[in-house]
Amino acid sequence: MSRALGPFGAVLRRDLLLAWRGRADVLVTLAFFVVVVCLFPFGVGAETNQLRSIAPGVLWVAALLATLLSLHRLFAQDHADGTLEQLLLSPEPTVLWVVAKILAHWIATGLPLVLVAPALAMLFDVDQGALGILILSLTLGTPILALLGAVGAALTLGLRGGGMLLALLVLPLFVPVLIFGAGAVDAHLSGTGADAHILLLGGGLLGALALAPIACAAALRIAVD
Amino acid sequence: MTRPERGKSLFRFAAPQLFYPLAGKLAPWFAAVAAIFTIAGLWLGFFVAPTDAQQGEVYRVIFIHVPAAWMSMFVYLIMAFWSAVGLVMNTRLSFLMARALAPTGAMFCILALVTGSLWGKPTWGAYWVWDARLTSQLLLLFLYLGYIALTQAIEDPRRADRAGAIIALVGAVNVPIIYFSVKWWNTLHQGASVSLTKAPSMAATMLAGMFVMALASWAYTIAITLWRVRPLILERERHTDWVGAELNALEGKV
Repeated sequence: MSRALGPFGAVLRRDLLLAWRGRADVLVTLAFFVVVVCLFPFGVGAETNQLRSIAPGVLWVAALLATLLSLHRLFAQDHADGTLEQLLLSPEPTVLWVVAKILAHWIATGLPLVLVAPALAMLFDVDQGALGILILSLTLGTPILALLGAVGAALTLGLRGGGMLLALLVLPLFVPVLIFGAGAVDAHLSGTGADAHILLLGGGLLGALALAPIACAAALRIAVD
Repeated sequence: MTRPERGKSLFRFAAPQLFYPLAGKLAPWFAAVAAIFTIAGLWLGFFVAPTDAQQGEVYRVIFIHVPAAWMSMFVYLIMAFWSAVGLVMNTRLSFLMARALAPTGAMFCILALVTGSLWGKPTWGAYWVWDARLTSQLLLLFLYLGYIALTQAIEDPRRADRAGAIIALVGAVNVPIIYFSVKWWNTLHQGASVSLTKAPSMAATMLAGMFVMALASWAYTIAITLWRVRPLILERERHTDWVGAELNALEGKV
């Protein structure tokens, strides 16, 4: 393993292990996602055609809210026990281990949502052919949410009422992801093809991967300073 | 000779101690310009400009609406500019300028949204449609509110300044992305989107009225920002001697 991957792998392994040891927390995020999605038929009525048409949007909004609620755990624990300070003091590049932390966070909270989403889509009677597009859009989109959210989580680290503030900061930034993510499934169902949406999501993911860790690292340094 | 003396360069006003009296001197002038241009612009708009052939008198709201919408976007850019300057050059005053600008930007955002919906009701038959411009304007307002809430929530002023600067820059990068995504979403969802494009032949007086009002908004923004930055400077520099002297002089006057 090359030298640069050393700290990356170490932080990734550590965070995944921590997530595994505290898997109840992770399951709560997943349960929240399922419950929110299941609430919609009660709110808008169980008419099949209507459910089918709102399904992509409902799944995406629920995934977005579940991501938002899990974000505070990204740095809070490490901030409280001083690990974050030690990581910042270490000579390893901050951006590198920030990406590792975000990746571990996404594997623990984002990936389960992606895997459960098709089952929930069945509850809304979504066309089977669109399930692949739904999984693809969520696979590309939820990491963007995690990356953007990490910047907000770092900025609101240790603040009173940080949760609400975090929502106000990051939800407007999530709008493009929501549009293209839910739009991909809609476009596939309407027959226009989801290529453009998927490509834009992929581009968004690369852009976020390039820029968000830098902003996140700067925000962490300010927060711990 | 060719090199300006250091003490005389314009950059000396980056020092809060020198900028404070300058802002105090400039603000009333810009306020006066703003007042004159507002009166002139509204007079042009409400009394001189002809009635629109298609929309009747309702269109006159553009004399407030369009400059407000422009300013709401410009102010965000200027805020992001000062934030970047602050982060790169480490100048305290830049952060204060960004913080003094934010409420004005949010105010123009709300003004544009309210006047827009007042115009929309008689013209489109609805106060609100999910048009690309309206939606991105609303999201811009959320970005302003996020910035203000974040800078208010952090007690340590140094951290508040820098955290606000980062979110302002992240927002500035995202504004075009948000705008275009909303635009494409809009064209995909609504078959016949309501077009906001103005009639191509606009009377010269209409354009003049809008232009004068835009200048008035600029002058107002500069005046109110200079006014707002002064107490921020005093608060931030309260441990220094010159602020003590300044406050003593103020109290002596009262």
